[in-house]
Amino acid sequence: MSLAYDRRLPDYLRAQQFAIEAIAKDAGLDFFPLLFEVLSYDQMNEIAAFGGFPTRYPHWRFGMEYEQLKKSHEYGLSKIYEMVINNNPSIAYLLEGNSIVDQKLVMAHVYAHVDFFKNNFAFKITDQGVDPETGVPIRKWLDTFANHGAIVRRWARRIGIEQVERFIDACLSLENLIDPQKPFRPSHPPETRDEDEALPEELRLLRVDRDYMESFINPEEFVAQERARVAEEKTRARRFPESPDRDVLGFLLVNAPLERWEREVLSLLRREAYYYLPQMQTKIMNEGWATYWHSRLMTEKICDASEIVDYADRCAGVLATSPGQLNPYKLGVELYRHIEYRWDRGQFGREWDDCRDYATRAGWDRRTGLGRKKIFEVRALYTDVTFIDEFLTPDFVADQKLYAFGWSERNDRYEIETRQFREVKKKLLTQLTNAGSPIIRVLDANHENRGELLLEHDHHGVDLKLDWAQEVLVALNRVWKRPVEIFTTVEDKASRLRFDGTEHLRRTR
Amino acid sequence: MTLKIDQDHSRFRKIVRGKIRQNLKKYISQGELMGKQGNDVVSIPIPHIDIPRFRFADKQQGGVGQGEGEAGDGVGQGQGQEGDGKGEAGKDAGQHALEVELTLDELAEILGEELELPNIEDKGKNAIVDQKDRYVGVRRVGPNSLRHFKRTFKSALRRQISMGSYDPKNPVIIPTRDDMRYRSWKTKDEPVANAVIIYMMDVSGSMGDEQKEIVRIESFWLDTWLRKQYQGVETRFIIHDAVAREVDRDTFFRTRESGGTMISSAYRLAAQVIGDDYPPSEWNIYPFHFSDGDNWSVDDTNVCVNLLKETLLPASNVFCYGQVESPYGSGQFIKDLRENFGDDERIITSEVKDRDAIMGSIRDFLGKGK
Repeated sequence: MSLAYDRRLPDYLRAQQFAIEAIAKDAGLDFFPLLFEVLSYDQMNEIAAFGGFPTRYPHWRFGMEYEQLKKSHEYGLSKIYEMVINNNPSIAYLLEGNSIVDQKLVMAHVYAHVDFFKNNFAFKITDQGVDPETGVPIRKWLDTFANHGAIVRRWARRIGIEQVERFIDACLSLENLIDPQKPFRPSHPPETRDEDEALPEELRLLRVDRDYMESFINPEEFVAQERARVAEEKTRARRFPESPDRDVLGFLLVNAPLERWEREVLSLLRREAYYYLPQMQTKIMNEGWATYWHSRLMTEKICDASEIVDYADRCAGVLATSPGQLNPYKLGVELYRHIEYRWDRGQFGREWDDCRDYATRAGWDRRTGLGRKKIFEVRALYTDVTFIDEFLTPDFVADQKLYAFGWSERNDRYEIETRQFREVKKKLLTQLTNAGSPIIRVLDANHENRGELLLEHDHHGVDLKLDWAQEVLVALNRVWKRPVEIFTTVEDKASRLRFDGTEHLRRTR
Repeated sequence: MTLKIDQDHSRFRKIVRGKIRQNLKKYISQGELMGKQGNDVVSIPIPHIDIPRFRFADKQQGGVGQGEGEAGDGVGQGQGQEGDGKGEAGKDAGQHALEVELTLDELAEILGEELELPNIEDKGKNAIVDQKDRYVGVRRVGPNSLRHFKRTFKSALRRQISMGSYDPKNPVIIPTRDDMRYRSWKTKDEPVANAVIIYMMDVSGSMGDEQKEIVRIESFWLDTWLRKQYQGVETRFIIHDAVAREVDRDTFFRTRESGGTMISSAYRLAAQVIGDDYPPSEWNIYPFHFSDGDNWSVDDTNVCVNLLKETLLPASNVFCYGQVESPYGSGQFIKDLRENFGDDERIITSEVKDRDAIMGSIRDFLGKGK
């Protein structure tokens, strides 16, 4: 990038930044130091293509993203206003040439994002340690991502970009196979086995004092059941990993026969996958939070009278909904407001839940005034799944006109199925669980005692996209270097998909 | 300004090219690209190159939406909100199919690579060069018609200021002889067309729409390749049933006549076109003839053979005859040609059974590098 280009904030924006920062702090937001840079369209598109970072490892996919962003920008389909990186200090980009109202809006929005990055528990996994003096988390992801770039580039020079890129392709196919809970578990699960379990061979039958009672106290079915249990425990003892492992990437990293460069590349890709994980887990909450605050700060403090209409127009654009797609900004901000409203009026707790009388509920106001406190608490302690699970109410679903839709075979299109609270909530949660990815575990690394890798898909009513699944098996085979297999369910039949290095096999089990 | 992304972008373009190479057969047989031809670029829709992951099958999943509507109402699967590009840079895959632009030159290159077409050997006919004048400079002498007013004014102004005779209150500028500036030109050599393709097509009743479509597709690709090989290519179009006439490109592909077939009429006209406009010593000449192989009479076939022997073949680089299969045609003509010209290298015949055979046929015609 040419040095002549000045990305520093011009004075009039710097003045805005100081003002808005003070206002945000005043409102109770707690954020990392924030650096703004002003980018041209080109640079904005480039950095957006790189997933927000100015430097990434070389890969064609970024080029593809760039082409798409560039095209859709040129055709006037979309425009990126703003980006912010979860880093300490956080970096945010402003688009050169945006109107002052837009820039203010973006700044207010971004301060709330950074508050969220700093305080939401899910983002703790992006901590890279804690500053010993101040106790502030260290997040130098800008450097980390740049280092990843350097590592991959070095290997590409030595081994050839073609080969490295192909390996990255394979790894990216597995990128979503990480365990969202892993960072919160102790790294070595404590040894829980006690003596009984160490000797699983024995049948645990009930004591029989009189022989003729044997078939009554320990009937044959029970004995058979016990036998099965013992056999199961034996195989489990032999099995590796001992219990199914959701962190497939981590498992491969430790156990797959990888060359040094492969291991290094896989390791950094896994690190990046975990970096992006909290952002996917909190899309609704994060955007909702930022929208909540930009709307509050802009309308109450920042805008002057001449700007309010422009602001409203822009904000309406952000919150627009379209059928068949949920707008996380809209859903998030409305839910925060809903929570604030309820906690301000004391509409929570046992008494509220038990109250069935419509009129009482409608007029319910205990003047508790806890709303603000509550949403701050919520932004720290929840992710999208728990956020929806706990705070989505039938009133809210009705107010916001939420509906569940599904594919109609008969009409060959997506159709609204229902507006019932229970169904909507269920569908929403399903959509959000595991960041919208199927749950996959490593079941056995020595499948059939032949060193083959066996995965298992935790099927909850939705099949895998089969052609893609087969492609992923090819990628997995590239990493594991032995045949791979996955247990799943296809059209209500328990099935297994297998790839042995040359051909695909699909059968029921 | 160079961007860091450029490297990744060019990697991506390479991959796209590879993808197009693999899919070329599809593109050719469906004639997909011709419809998308802009000025000199073809935009090719390719599916977003997805990185496959374990994912849910779309149709089973459904989702949650927001807005009006009753149960049973359709939900347009939204493409995202327009104008809304907030948030962290997307981790989500884009929804739009990707359109990639290729120049016709690149396309020809891909075609050449895929079909392993040899480059055409120079027939020894020098590229004809024309001289063209371009106004590129300024000089002090010249005709008044080429006077460069602005430059003249400027130099006069400059002179007057330096001489002190310029009065801002009364800014009158009077150029002298020395101030005059004139546009000047350079003569450049520019290559002109030195290859001509003469397309001939049988439009008699037996040629159906499908047959014509095949001809259309095939001629697009032949055109693309030959244009890549020669700096300038002219094309002429002749249609014939019992009589032949020259038409423009559009008419060529649209006309549908009924009636008999006299192939000789087309050959005679082609010979005449060559005689009038394209002296063989200066032009690379490529006659292509497409028909269903049904000729009026044996006599006429004999006339054709004579015309070929005496005028067309000596004048042409190579004469190509493509026979499309139609339900009505007897397909006799190709046999007659093969009988008469057996192993004459100046004539290439090829049968195009259906769309899938177009690739093979292009290879037949151009594979010899003539």
